[in-house]
Amino acid sequence: MSTLEPLLQVSKLRRHFPVRNALGVQTGTIKALDDVTFAVRPGETFGIVGESGCGKTTLGKTLAGIHKPSAGRILFEGVDISDLQGAARAGVSQRLQYIHQDPGNALDPRWTIARSLDEPLATHTALSRSERAARSREILAAVGLPAEHLHLYPHELSGGQQRRVGLARILTLKPRLVILDEPTSGLDVSIQATVLKLLKSLQRAFDLTYLFISHDLSVIHVMCTRVAVMYLGQIVEIAPVSDLFATPRHPYASSLLAAIPRIGGRRVTDKFALEGEPPDAGKLPSGCRFRPRCPHAMPVCAQLEPGLAPAGGAHQTACHLTESIELAQG
Amino acid sequence: MTVDSLLEVSGLSICFRTEQGTAQVLDAVNLTVGRGRIMGLVGESGCGKTTLARAVLGILSPNARIEGGTIRFDGLDLIGMERERLRREVNGRRIAFVPQDPYSAFNPLFRVGDQIMELMKWNSPRRSKDERALGALLTPYPRQRYLSDKAAALAILGEVQIPDPERAFRKLPEQFSGGQRQRLMIAMALLMNPDLVIADEPTTALDVTIQAQILKLLKALAKDRGVSVLLTTHDLGTAYEVCDEITVMYAGQEVESAPVAEFFANPRHPYTARLLQSLPDPAREIHEIGGEIPNLVFPPNGCRFHPRCPSASAACSRARPPASGTRQVVRCFHPQPPRVEVAP
Repeated sequence: MSTLEPLLQVSKLRRHFPVRNALGVQTGTIKALDDVTFAVRPGETFGIVGESGCGKTTLGKTLAGIHKPSAGRILFEGVDISDLQGAARAGVSQRLQYIHQDPGNALDPRWTIARSLDEPLATHTALSRSERAARSREILAAVGLPAEHLHLYPHELSGGQQRRVGLARILTLKPRLVILDEPTSGLDVSIQATVLKLLKSLQRAFDLTYLFISHDLSVIHVMCTRVAVMYLGQIVEIAPVSDLFATPRHPYASSLLAAIPRIGGRRVTDKFALEGEPPDAGKLPSGCRFRPRCPHAMPVCAQLEPGLAPAGGAHQTACHLTESIELAQG
Repeated sequence: MTVDSLLEVSGLSICFRTEQGTAQVLDAVNLTVGRGRIMGLVGESGCGKTTLARAVLGILSPNARIEGGTIRFDGLDLIGMERERLRREVNGRRIAFVPQDPYSAFNPLFRVGDQIMELMKWNSPRRSKDERALGALLTPYPRQRYLSDKAAALAILGEVQIPDPERAFRKLPEQFSGGQRQRLMIAMALLMNPDLVIADEPTTALDVTIQAQILKLLKALAKDRGVSVLLTTHDLGTAYEVCDEITVMYAGQEVESAPVAEFFANPRHPYTARLLQSLPDPAREIHEIGGEIPNLVFPPNGCRFHPRCPSASAACSRARPPASGTRQVVRCFHPQPPRVEVAP
């Protein structure tokens, strides 16, 4: 581990949702997050990757305080924020910001850009009016928009410019950690390239730490330093990005990597072998959650739920068989 | 292209009436799908790929107007053909459709089997001429044909790897996952023994591991049966996976059309080259194209990419470049040089 104190430390985090029938009687539980443990170091981009329903968005929202954790601890800058309420929590959100898929959509259509940028500063800081205006202009320039745009309304900007303003709005508070929830999903590749470039330059300019949530492995590959792969509410592997893509250790992680089409490489449709689909999140299998689809599953996998453990190099995996199986090299 | 073509779209122009004015969504587009080939129609949102697919299917929205061009399918003129005949003979039988969203394609209130058999009742390849002549809506489903149609349907559900087809027949759509529903859609498209399947972004709504399964299935089935496929996608990786040929569109114009291997090895149009470079790749910096997609109500003259193109000259804004090249057809005045042909 690095000598730096982690900026965010999550341990045994759980978020369970009750399933109720028509009468309001609880009939089951969806374990959207189950014993999720990881740490994010200052300055890095920590990726969370997984397919739909794996709990990555619930994780982002729980860290941002939108959901309350069912159990577990969230240490941000060394302070447990999992139970904070009201003003104390609001103090944290200055430095820990959550960005939706399309931040441009969050702008109020009846407010000028200047007012949208000013609002978070007026709420969270004691800066004077002129200091706030100066900060707004500085941030707007940083996201690549001219100061004249301050007097425009959102509909006068293009979608890409709105997105930039949405990002600027979050950066006015100079957060330390930014949670990006699927920042490029649904975008065309050319626009995606612009957004990724912008996010990288903002990270350098403002010394940001990113928690980057995405289902898109190729985006994760170019953006992140370390990655956690999630499957059905649990982290199955954590590794530095280059190690994960070179030698995934968990069978799910290696299947996921094998499924990405790689232009110029061997066609995935010629070699891809993972069968089946993720089970219903309300009816999880016993033991390892990936067991029913795992090509290497053994009897032990049905009995014991594997925990996240060091697995050679900088990898951590949750698999009983990491040692004994030779996984296909990505 | 000299291959035996099944579908040939040439010079197709389509306009849409909108509140802002008339949007020129397709500008003299050409596209050829060879027999038994899988053609990928690739482009970013708003480039007109879905409009082109819908034009071939004859399901354009009412505010669309075909301004010119032809769509020829196996010798038939689909635009000039009367609607009734098109509906009776071509759509849903010889040309089948796999939609993007497998969630909304089924009626949630009816069992999957009933929905498949409803389709078969009217469109089964086993439906005889006599039956068709009767035509009336009240015609009962002849028992003999029902049984053979059902057997064919069960067999095809097995082929698309739906576990236990008999039971699947009695289930409601909500009891299937997205991937399974897309398998059902593919099965329904193939049931009519079509010559051409149009698949509009068939895996966009699916996760990556499921996407790989569905693409593998679609490709294998099409190749087994010799069915041609027109697959629209925004994802170059998907096109690389399943297609034999690829046509790239930009803002309502086709810019490049080539066999997949040639295309990815050496994209010749400045737009396609840049599009490939904007794909995330850890081995290099991220490249952006710069500029934005034009408003199709006021499209640029000539080549619609010229305002964003680094190699544009005055000629590019005057007229649309003609097609050049034989296997790799590119419409550009300043294309990347072709690669030296290596004997196959």
